[in-house]
Amino acid sequence: MLNIQDSILIYDGSFDGFLTCVFQVYDLKLKRVLIQKDSESQASLFGKQNVVVADPVKADRVWKGLGKKTSNAGRLRIYYGFLSEKQGVENLLLRYIQYVFESRLPVDSDFSNPDVLELSKVAKSVGREKHRMEAFVRFRLTKDGLYFATIEPDFDVLPLISKHFKSRYADQKWVIYDLKRNYGLYYDLDKVEIINLTLPEGFDASKTSPDYFAVEEIEFQTLWKDYFDSTNISSRKNLQLHIRHVPKRYWKYLSEK
Amino acid sequence: MGFTRIQEKLKILADAAKYDVSCASSGSKRSNTNKGLGDATGMGICHSYTEDGRCVSLLKILLTNHCIFDCAYCVTRKSNDIKRAAFQVQEVVDLTINFYRRNYIEGLFLSSGIFKSADYTMERLVAVARKLRTEEKFNGYIHLKSIPGASDELMKEAGLYADRLSVNIEIPTKEGLKLLAPEKNREDFIKPMIKVKNEIIQYKSEKKLIKSTPLFAPGGQSTQMIIGASGESDQQIMWTSNYFYKKFELKRVYYSGYIPISYDSRLPHIGTEVPMLRENRLYQTDWLMRFYGFEVHEILNESHKNLDLEVDPKLGWALRNLEYFPVDVNTADREMLARIPGVGMKSVHKIIQARRFRRLNWEHLQRIGIAMNRAKYFLVCASQDFERRDLTSPQLKSLILQNTTSKYQKKLSPQLNLFE
Repeated sequence: MLNIQDSILIYDGSFDGFLTCVFQVYDLKLKRVLIQKDSESQASLFGKQNVVVADPVKADRVWKGLGKKTSNAGRLRIYYGFLSEKQGVENLLLRYIQYVFESRLPVDSDFSNPDVLELSKVAKSVGREKHRMEAFVRFRLTKDGLYFATIEPDFDVLPLISKHFKSRYADQKWVIYDLKRNYGLYYDLDKVEIINLTLPEGFDASKTSPDYFAVEEIEFQTLWKDYFDSTNISSRKNLQLHIRHVPKRYWKYLSEK
Repeated sequence: MGFTRIQEKLKILADAAKYDVSCASSGSKRSNTNKGLGDATGMGICHSYTEDGRCVSLLKILLTNHCIFDCAYCVTRKSNDIKRAAFQVQEVVDLTINFYRRNYIEGLFLSSGIFKSADYTMERLVAVARKLRTEEKFNGYIHLKSIPGASDELMKEAGLYADRLSVNIEIPTKEGLKLLAPEKNREDFIKPMIKVKNEIIQYKSEKKLIKSTPLFAPGGQSTQMIIGASGESDQQIMWTSNYFYKKFELKRVYYSGYIPISYDSRLPHIGTEVPMLRENRLYQTDWLMRFYGFEVHEILNESHKNLDLEVDPKLGWALRNLEYFPVDVNTADREMLARIPGVGMKSVHKIIQARRFRRLNWEHLQRIGIAMNRAKYFLVCASQDFERRDLTSPQLKSLILQNTTSKYQKKLSPQLNLFE
């Protein structure tokens, strides 16, 4: 339970905001801290609530400091863990960061420490979701020559997949839009930008309506579906394995399904 | 393009290509530096999975299923009464590009029945790859089949465009090949393999000196063997496989359980079950050879010609070699850790990392993720609690089998199920 002297730090949900909280913890020598997103915080009878304003300079200092104490992979794990958006992940991250700063040895691979193991698992599931999105994004060609994809990933992986799609589809304009978090990436043949869209009234992202998509789009979807069906070997059918690889929640936007 | 015509061809030629199991798209180093389409660096991606659970990573098709050969085990054999079709070069290029742009695939795996001659066929395959690379600026993955008997010049050109080349030896033994594909001989399969291997070595050494040396088949070579079509033993299969890995520096050997497709009396009849469990055990053995430091003769030899289907090959080896156990996880070297049943290479790595901080006990090991049901009999750790009984191999085996459920249980059970 919380004690009177506990501090609750409320931040705006951004990664910079979180790192600024970490900075505060060290700067003000706070003990027993709870970090919460402003969207998740509840008024508490106990503990002092402090609103922390994201400060890129302070955030950067923490990030650089971590760089000195941990490998790149160990530091990246913190960012991945953050993007999991799991409730309370901030506190796991804080404990992990405190362990990193306390220890003389680099602790990235101390899998017998529960926080290290837990965070590496969370980061791994985020990594898996990143990889799934790189696989399951399906672009559809719109009437105005844009390759358009919608996703609803479990975790906020758009920042992680940007580079992959930019180097792969360097010669076509594309948008990958996260319907769950209502923002997307837009590549204009030069750079990737973050965008917010207002989708047309009655737009169903799981259907390819000829109102929005190119004529040949429907043909290629049919060909792909045909290909998918003919490549199956029915005497080896193993639906359990199939579903493990392609969980049903991803089927909505897969054109072969 | 004529949509229905393409649709028809695609159905026929994808169906005919599906028996080739390779779908790897990893191991290349082709990056998108020309602001073209695609990038084949880093790991492969499975964009979907078939209902039988296989990865769909490449557009895997035959250029044509017309074939002058009559190999008994092959669907496209000359004497088989099936619909035939052939793609034009441009059609394959268009399909590849359009599928790739939609993020359906990592690239193309193009194979072909042999029409007219080996070189005539190989030339067409190379033409597709050339067009993709030079006209379309395509940097995705290309896997081309090396046609047995193709000339050295064509193989060399193929390697300059392709990320991977493969020749399927299909039948693990010479005798089997003579029986099922009397028109073919092993030398024809091996010739292009040797050429490619030598070129890879040469390009690699030149690349060290001159950075601008082009890539040559950066994803290496692979091959495939059909399992259970010609009565071969597991020992014959894996020794052949080992020979190909060592001699031709292959990246992968694939094992494909024979799917009955013919009434030919030389082959298992239609309706025979695909030997999926055996295939799985062979892949496990392959992994033990390539990543776990096992020599093939430790697992399969004159006194053990076939793998035990009930237990995985590493457990099988451990049961035959109990004198090496128990292993102390806090002190053992990497090689020995890798030999503990139920401990994979990832766990080996984690154990080595974690034990620098503290001595590991059962709880640590469990959290690291080793398979305790097998591992617990073969190791000791920082705990007084370990297997003290002096169990014999058969006792151990039955103990382990009692406490595990295999997904292949149904196939293993010798009892008939009366109520099904």
